[in-house]
This record gives sequence, structure tokens and C-alpha cells, in this order.
Amino acid sequence: MVYLMICVPIIMAGLSMLFPSNRFRPWLIPVAAIFHSSCTGYVLYRPELCKVNSWLILDPLGKIILITVSVLYLFSSFYTVGYLKYRMDRSNRVFTACILAFIGMITLVIWSHHLGLMWVAIEGTTLITAPLIYFNRSKKSIEATWKYLLVGSVGIALALLGTFFMAYSSMKGGLEATLSYEVFIKNAASLSKPWLHAAFILLVVGYGTKMGLAPMHTWKPDAYGEAPGIVGVILAGGMTSGAFLALTRFYHICNAAGETQFSSKLLIFMGLFSMAVAGIFMVSQRDFKRMLAYSSIEHMGILALGLGIGAPALFGTIFHVITNAMTKGVLFMSAGNIHRAYASKNTDQVMGAIRRLPLSGTLFLIGFIAITGSPPFGPFISEFSILKGAFESGNFWSAGLFLFFLLIVFIGMGITVLKVVYGNVPNDIVNTEYKDGFLTGAPVLLFLAVVIMLGIYIPEPLKIYLNDAIVFLENK
Amino acid sequence: MINLLNTIIIMILVLNLFALGMKRIISVIRVIALQGILLGMLPLIMHEHIVISQIISAAAAIGLKGMIIPFIMRRALRDAKIKHEVEPLVGLVPSIILGAIVTAVSFFISSQMFSVNEEHERMIISASITTILVGFILLVTRYKAISQVMGYLVLENGIFIFSLLLMVAIPLVVEMGMLLDLFVSIFIISIITNHINQAFSSLDTRQLTSLKE
Repeated sequence: MVYLMICVPIIMAGLSMLFPSNRFRPWLIPVAAIFHSSCTGYVLYRPELCKVNSWLILDPLGKIILITVSVLYLFSSFYTVGYLKYRMDRSNRVFTACILAFIGMITLVIWSHHLGLMWVAIEGTTLITAPLIYFNRSKKSIEATWKYLLVGSVGIALALLGTFFMAYSSMKGGLEATLSYEVFIKNAASLSKPWLHAAFILLVVGYGTKMGLAPMHTWKPDAYGEAPGIVGVILAGGMTSGAFLALTRFYHICNAAGETQFSSKLLIFMGLFSMAVAGIFMVSQRDFKRMLAYSSIEHMGILALGLGIGAPALFGTIFHVITNAMTKGVLFMSAGNIHRAYASKNTDQVMGAIRRLPLSGTLFLIGFIAITGSPPFGPFISEFSILKGAFESGNFWSAGLFLFFLLIVFIGMGITVLKVVYGNVPNDIVNTEYKDGFLTGAPVLLFLAVVIMLGIYIPEPLKIYLNDAIVFLENK
Repeated sequence: MINLLNTIIIMILVLNLFALGMKRIISVIRVIALQGILLGMLPLIMHEHIVISQIISAAAAIGLKGMIIPFIMRRALRDAKIKHEVEPLVGLVPSIILGAIVTAVSFFISSQMFSVNEEHERMIISASITTILVGFILLVTRYKAISQVMGYLVLENGIFIFSLLLMVAIPLVVEMGMLLDLFVSIFIISIITNHINQAFSSLDTRQLTSLKE
């Protein structure tokens, strides 16, 4: 089953390169997405399929990420078709192929229990998404792609070094060198501590670059700013969740080795620092797509912080992966629509979106309210339970700073969003033909429906999966 | 065996300094190609019993690092039609001195960390760390896009040296995956450098500064 989930999208990517029609080619993406999500459903329904061999295993935490990515990809696949309809001026051959291959690669990341294989897959997602950022072929998008590739490749190279250090720590601990996740968890106690520490630092830097934790976040505003909105959804909801999963694997090993204190401190610091950086740059941000990138940095910071706080905040953290991804879907897609309609992403030109685009403007506003953690939306539940966890575990300083940064982000983001949404439409804007259509509107509404549902009621099966994931991470 | 290993590692370290000190980009490409070939040979001389998977991975590494990647880089350089000098941020002689200092420091630190009977591990780890740091120096102090890619390649080479200690842990499939990723990344990077050159008529990354706060 897992082989199908990984290979079918990649084979379809190859086929899409041969597919002649620019108009019908994007429809391959929804086909792959429906296939992938039905496979996901089937695997969840038949738990005996979750262990293929010692390399490919779907553990409880992987299930959560797989569900998130699969749903995210399903909704956004239809949006992609709608978006590419407006971009018939250029060939979408490479774009379609890369989007198709992405879902295969990220599935491999989620299933791998061999840390080397996981690294290969994560590097694969980096390479596959680079051409997506370059879709607009402008000078700025070249610059963004170059930074993305260089920063991403160096970061991920450090993650590889960290992975090797990890393997060496088991050799130094008198065991056979290994890269198998299972073996690490089993023998965690005998790993050599200094090498484990060094490995964890490198891994936080490496996979943190991929997640976009400050100060390794520099690629993020450029890439999200220049890439089409749909690429933002895939990067901010899909790829970063995969990188977070990778980081969690190593956090888990550290935890099992009894080094929780060391890893916690580092993660809490990185988390709060990312939130601070995001807050600072969000205030007076005039480019609303770059603003979303900083919002993504902030939320990756929240995830790192939650992981650092540990047990009492784990429910909130894992739940936040889902709520963040879904809300990012609402934000990036509606922002993409607004960008399309105004042919600009600067708040000097973009005003009164709610009049020009009633649907996308409203959704952008609601997305902002949701992502900053207001009830009754999903992120409120997850952020609140992280905060509760911070207080319960006695991290009063972290909890206080967390609240303070949330406030700054709320104000900073609010100023930009309100400028975009309200006000009068300037008279001198370029007249584009864009109007909210079914394919670019309905997926955003679906995301919003999920975000509201998660805020009011968590379905019973999801609750069970979340609890399983927490139990899994705590080694009970 | 250990003598041969030490000789090759010292050659790799000397090549690091050459990479820092070469004036023309084409020479840097040659130096890194040679370093790649030497690296590819290391797994073969490290073990007495050679198995087929080691031969495959050594051949793949030599082929990729010593031939294919230098070929791609050379074509990228030829297509770019730019001045073929490296234009460093700090001069060539200071970069060599910096490289030498880095080498000395990492060997000194590892001599403090390991006991004498772990000679061969110590050698590999300090060579690996040195090469990684030299890669960083190249990445940070060069302006041209192609020279920065060279830095990335040296960095990758350093990580490759470390992997020699862990041959049992890295199955052939994963190792091939790593090499494939390296190949694809260099391939995409060379396409992007080509586009940078067309759009900006130069490969100077100082021009890539329009995206900032």
C-alpha cells in the first residue's frame, strides 16, 4: 500500500511531463490527491498495513501528519487547477510534475523509520519544491529560488551531519552503528551523551532550517512572497509539517535517552526566538504574502516551544500541527486570490479587498482571526492548551513571553490585514479579470469549515489518534 | 592500509587549501573533482574485505563527484561567459591562512578528545570537520554563484568523510539516494545559475538583494 502511495504520484509526475495539453494537465493533481487520500483512509482503516518492513512504518505520530498532509493536499489540488486556469500564458508542465511528485516524497518522509532514508526524502522535497518557487520566472523569483536552494541545501547538509553524529553516538556507546529509529529508541540509554548533544544541536539547526525557525528562516519570506499562493500552502502546511516530524523523531530519541532537559531548553529558546523575530518583522509589514511567511515562522516557533515544554503541552503541539496547516490553507489561498485580483501584494495598492473580492476578502480576514488564536477556531484550542501546558509544567517565563509575542503578532498582523481588507479600492489599480470562482473559492471554504469544526468539536477517531501519538512520544 | 589512508586524507586536506587559494574558477572545479575522486577511493582502502556493494558505492561516488558534477559545473561556467576569476570577499592568501588555522584547530581539539588508540577515527573525524569548515569559508567569502556552489560541494565532501565511520549503518539504497539527491541539487542549481546569468547578466550574488525588509 505504502509503495502505491509513494510511487503512483511520482509515476504520474513523470507521465504529466509527457502530457501534451496545458489545459487538462493540472487535472492530474486532483486525481493523484483523491488516490492518495483514499489510500490514507484505507491504511487508517486497516492498521495491519501500517508496518511494511523495518524501514517503512506508520507510527501514531506519523498518522497525524499523514492525515494533515493528505487532507491539505486534497483540498489544495482543486485550487491548483483553478489557479493554473488563470496562468494559461505559460507552460505548467514542470509545475504540475513537481506538485505531483511532492506528495509522493512527503509520504516517504512520513513513513520512513530509517533516519538516513528520511533525510533523503526530506532533501527530495526541497529539490522538488524549488522549481515551484521559480514559476513566475521574474528576477525576484530567481533570487528567492536561489536563496531557498542554497540556505535549504546547507541546512539539510547539517541535518545529515547531525544524523551521522547520532549514528556515531551509538557506536561510541558500544553498540553497532545504526540509523534505525526503532533501534535508537530501544537502546537510547546507552548512547554516548556528548555526541548525542552535538547531534541534536546540528539536527535542530538542520531541520529547523527546513521548518523555518529563526535565525535560519531567511529563505522563508522570499520564497513565500514570490511563489504562487498554492505553493505557500504546500510549503507552510505540508513541507514544514514533515520537517517538524523529523525533528520530533530526534526529540523522541533524546527523550528516551533521558536528555529531555537538554533538548527542552534548546527547543524552548528556538521557539521563543522565532516568535520574537516573526513579531518584529510583522509589525509594519507592507507585503501581505511576506507577512504570511512570518506568520508561518511564528507558528513553527510555537510548535518548537510546545515540543520543548514537553508532556503537558504535547496534546496542544500535535494538534497545532493540524490546525496550523488547515488555517494556512485558508490564508495562503485567499491571499493568492487577492494578489491575483490586484496584481500586487503591497498594501499601498491593495485596499478594500472585501469590496473587490467579497469572498476572498472575508476569508482572509477570518483566516487572520483564526490563526492568531481567537475562539471558536481550531488554533485557539491548540494554542490555549500549549499555554496551559507551559503553566502546568512551571515554565512561567516561557508562558508569559509566549502570550506577549502572540499579542505583538496579533497587532502587527492585524494592521496589515485590516489595511488589505477594508478601505476603498484605489482607482488607479490595474484592472485584472480575476473574480472569485468555484475552484478558487470552494477549497478555501472547505479549509475554513475544517478549522471551525476543530475549534468546536474534535471527532472521536481523531481524538484517539492524538492520544495514541502522545502515548507514543512519552514512551509509556 | 592505515598509511595509505593517512596519505589520502592529508592529500584531501591539502586540496582544501588549494580550493581556497585558486584564482580561476576552473582550477577550483578541478581541485574539487580531484578531491571527489580521492574521497571515492577511501571506502575501498578502509576495509580489508571488499564487498560488491562497496565497489558500487565507490564507483558511484567517483563517477559523480569526480566526473559528472565537474562536467556540469564546467558547462555552467562556459555558458555564463563571465570573467573567470573567483572574486573573494577576503583575499586568497588570507583565506588560505584561515583554512590552515581551521585545520590546525580541529586537529588540536580532536587530539584532546580521543585517546591514542583511536588514531584512525580521530584522523577521519578531524579531516571531516576541517573540510566542512573550509566549505563554509568558501560559501561565505565568495560572491559568484558558481563559487558558492563549490563551497557547498566541499561541505558535502566533508560530510562524506564522516560517513566512512558508519559504513555498516548506511545501506546501499540510502547511500545511492544521498548521491542522487546531490546530483539533482547540483543539476537544479546549475539551471538556476544559468537563469541568474541571463536575468542579471552576471553571476554576482551581490545583485540578488531586491528581496529584503
